[in-house]
Amino acid sequence: MSERVRVMRGREWARPVRPVRREVLAATPELEEGRPPLLFVPGFGHGAWAFAEHWLGHAAGRGFPAYALSLRGHGGSDPAPEATLRAYAHDVVQVAAGLPRQAVLVGHGAGALVVAHALARYPARAAVLVAPVLGGWATFGAALRRNPAGTLPAVFGGRLRLNRRQLFSRELPDADARGYVSRLGRAGRRAQWQLLTHADPEPAVGRPPVLVLGSPDDRVVPAAALTRAARRYGSAPLLFPGMGHDLMLDARWREPIDAILDWLAKDPAPEHRP
Amino acid sequence: MPTSTDPGRPDPEATTLALTRDGRPVSDRGDTVCVIGAGASGLTAIKNLKEHGFGVDCYERETGVGGAWNWRHDRSPVYASTHLISSRPFTQFPDFPMPDDWPDYPHHSQLLSYFERYADHFDLRAHIWFGTEVVRVEPAEGDRWDVTTRSTGGYGPERTARYAAVVVANGHNWSPKLPRYEGLEQFRGEVMHASSYQDPAQLRGKRVLVVGAGNTGCDIAVEAAQQAAQCWHSTRRGYWYAPKYVFGRPADQVNDSLLALRVPRRVRQWLYHWTLRLTVGDLTRYGLPKPDHRVYETHPIANSQLVYYVGHGRISPVPDVARFDAYGVELTDGRRIDPELVVFATGYLPRFEFLDPKVLGDDGGTGRPTLWLHAFAPGHPTLAVAGLLQPDSGLFPLAHWQMVLFARLLRLRQTRPERAAAFAAKAQARAGERYTGLVKDSTRHWFEVGHADYLRAVQRALHDLEGSR
Repeated sequence: MSERVRVMRGREWARPVRPVRREVLAATPELEEGRPPLLFVPGFGHGAWAFAEHWLGHAAGRGFPAYALSLRGHGGSDPAPEATLRAYAHDVVQVAAGLPRQAVLVGHGAGALVVAHALARYPARAAVLVAPVLGGWATFGAALRRNPAGTLPAVFGGRLRLNRRQLFSRELPDADARGYVSRLGRAGRRAQWQLLTHADPEPAVGRPPVLVLGSPDDRVVPAAALTRAARRYGSAPLLFPGMGHDLMLDARWREPIDAILDWLAKDPAPEHRP
Repeated sequence: MPTSTDPGRPDPEATTLALTRDGRPVSDRGDTVCVIGAGASGLTAIKNLKEHGFGVDCYERETGVGGAWNWRHDRSPVYASTHLISSRPFTQFPDFPMPDDWPDYPHHSQLLSYFERYADHFDLRAHIWFGTEVVRVEPAEGDRWDVTTRSTGGYGPERTARYAAVVVANGHNWSPKLPRYEGLEQFRGEVMHASSYQDPAQLRGKRVLVVGAGNTGCDIAVEAAQQAAQCWHSTRRGYWYAPKYVFGRPADQVNDSLLALRVPRRVRQWLYHWTLRLTVGDLTRYGLPKPDHRVYETHPIANSQLVYYVGHGRISPVPDVARFDAYGVELTDGRRIDPELVVFATGYLPRFEFLDPKVLGDDGGTGRPTLWLHAFAPGHPTLAVAGLLQPDSGLFPLAHWQMVLFARLLRLRQTRPERAAAFAAKAQARAGERYTGLVKDSTRHWFEVGHADYLRAVQRALHDLEGSR
């Protein structure tokens, strides 16, 4: 990660991202307890529904106002076939800045990469990267080995397909898994290519504390990639063995979200490196 | 027990250890930083200092945030129809974008709601003491500052607190600059400065003379064209009236596409003149004086409607005012006009009534501070002036980066004092630097900066400070 602050963004100022209507689902606690709001960012193909299933309600039940958005072209947001990573990060920052207080960004899968880019443009209270797909050729190699038929078309601008064996553990009933997979959409082809070609995220503004978690049995993100991601932010990953890539939908979804909320309840301090 | 950096009322009883030079008791606020003013620049100062771990006390003379952009404030210059003249990407704080479904050029009420949301989002109000004005700011030993405050309007006792650093963010668009004219006292008509212009109803049915071709002057002339019986618009020289949109896009975004490609100023001037010739055409055909300078050499005016109403005959362009008499105005070309209402849109001057002018490098008492990056005072490493700029674009991102730089500087004073000292030496050596090409010499251009030149200079200063180049 480059440590230099970037002030000049002439190209971005000259070409602002086109506005779209974005789907935001929310679950707020009955009693305001002064907890920071959480904003869940789903990965490619997923929509806000993936978090509305279990995590939103659970977080609200523990006193955290919880929101989930669908990136443009996903879920209930407006279609955007030509979307780029920049447009996705813009969506996250727009929704985060619209929340009443400084938010915690929680990104899953490629949504974690979107969050990593958004962190350079919004001083989050904290960030959580769940099974982060930070892109790069190693991730591509792993995906190609495990699911060649689903991965190859994406190289030519087709849809990146994930199968249920990659996403879920065997504990999840087959019918549920099939139901979830059938709801998956697709990311813009340019955004898919950018998984390989994107520039490193710029340094996060406000130096938020970052938590990385995932599963060593994830068939999308290899354990080594998890460790690498955590090391970038100066920590080690929190591991939940036996779970698939979609930790928020898998049978034991309660464990990772409880770990995240416990970490936040301890009120991790922002980093103040000299 | 609260620490000295907690937000909280400075309490003289608890920590009175020192005395000011003239023997008044001072409450010591430790490492806390004082911010004067809770307008746009003050808010971004609080937010960035807080983000870098500092305690902040902000004093605001009014009862709300937003400074000049809060129309309820008696020092606010906004009028009912004020819209931004720089488009959203250049006006928003870089880390807190405006909603993308807002118009390209939002209205002042939207801007106020933006600042209020900024204050709430980052929980800044807890740091602001509303209804409190700053009376005096004096340097104390160890590069610290004694700040004396009292309730706005002068009620109640004064109290003095000692701070580790001070950010001056009192704004520079509230103290009207009124030119002197012969015979103005005899004039029987109504005279007002643009700062007290609020609503087009003030113009309705009158014969109006608007003096000054700043962005405010042009806005008021356009409103007079729509509402008044007659409108004269008096200008010192010919100006370039830039449309708000070119090629169907906000003009500043088109300009920045060229800046991003690092097209040189001369080429941009040529392209600009050429575009204007193709779209607006020859200004002298409308009866407007020919500009006596190239574009970018005076503060840009963004107004698509002025030329249009001149074309309708609703605005009569006239030269400078020579003198007033009881019933009329004589112009420099000898003509006489008889306005009922004269609006002076002649701008503002900066005022720092609580600070010795020498502190800001104004030794001659001209009112013009000499600072590095228009923010850092030579010889006073813990003082910064926020937002004292007249950019050719939005001001708030520039103020944001000034404050990021200042917060990091204060941090380095604690961790790497040698770096902070090198920065102070640079502020001494380079005070008074300009960040724009050639501009006309006038108080209006004291703080004129090109936003790209200025931000590049701030970026260089940031990288130098952190040693990351």
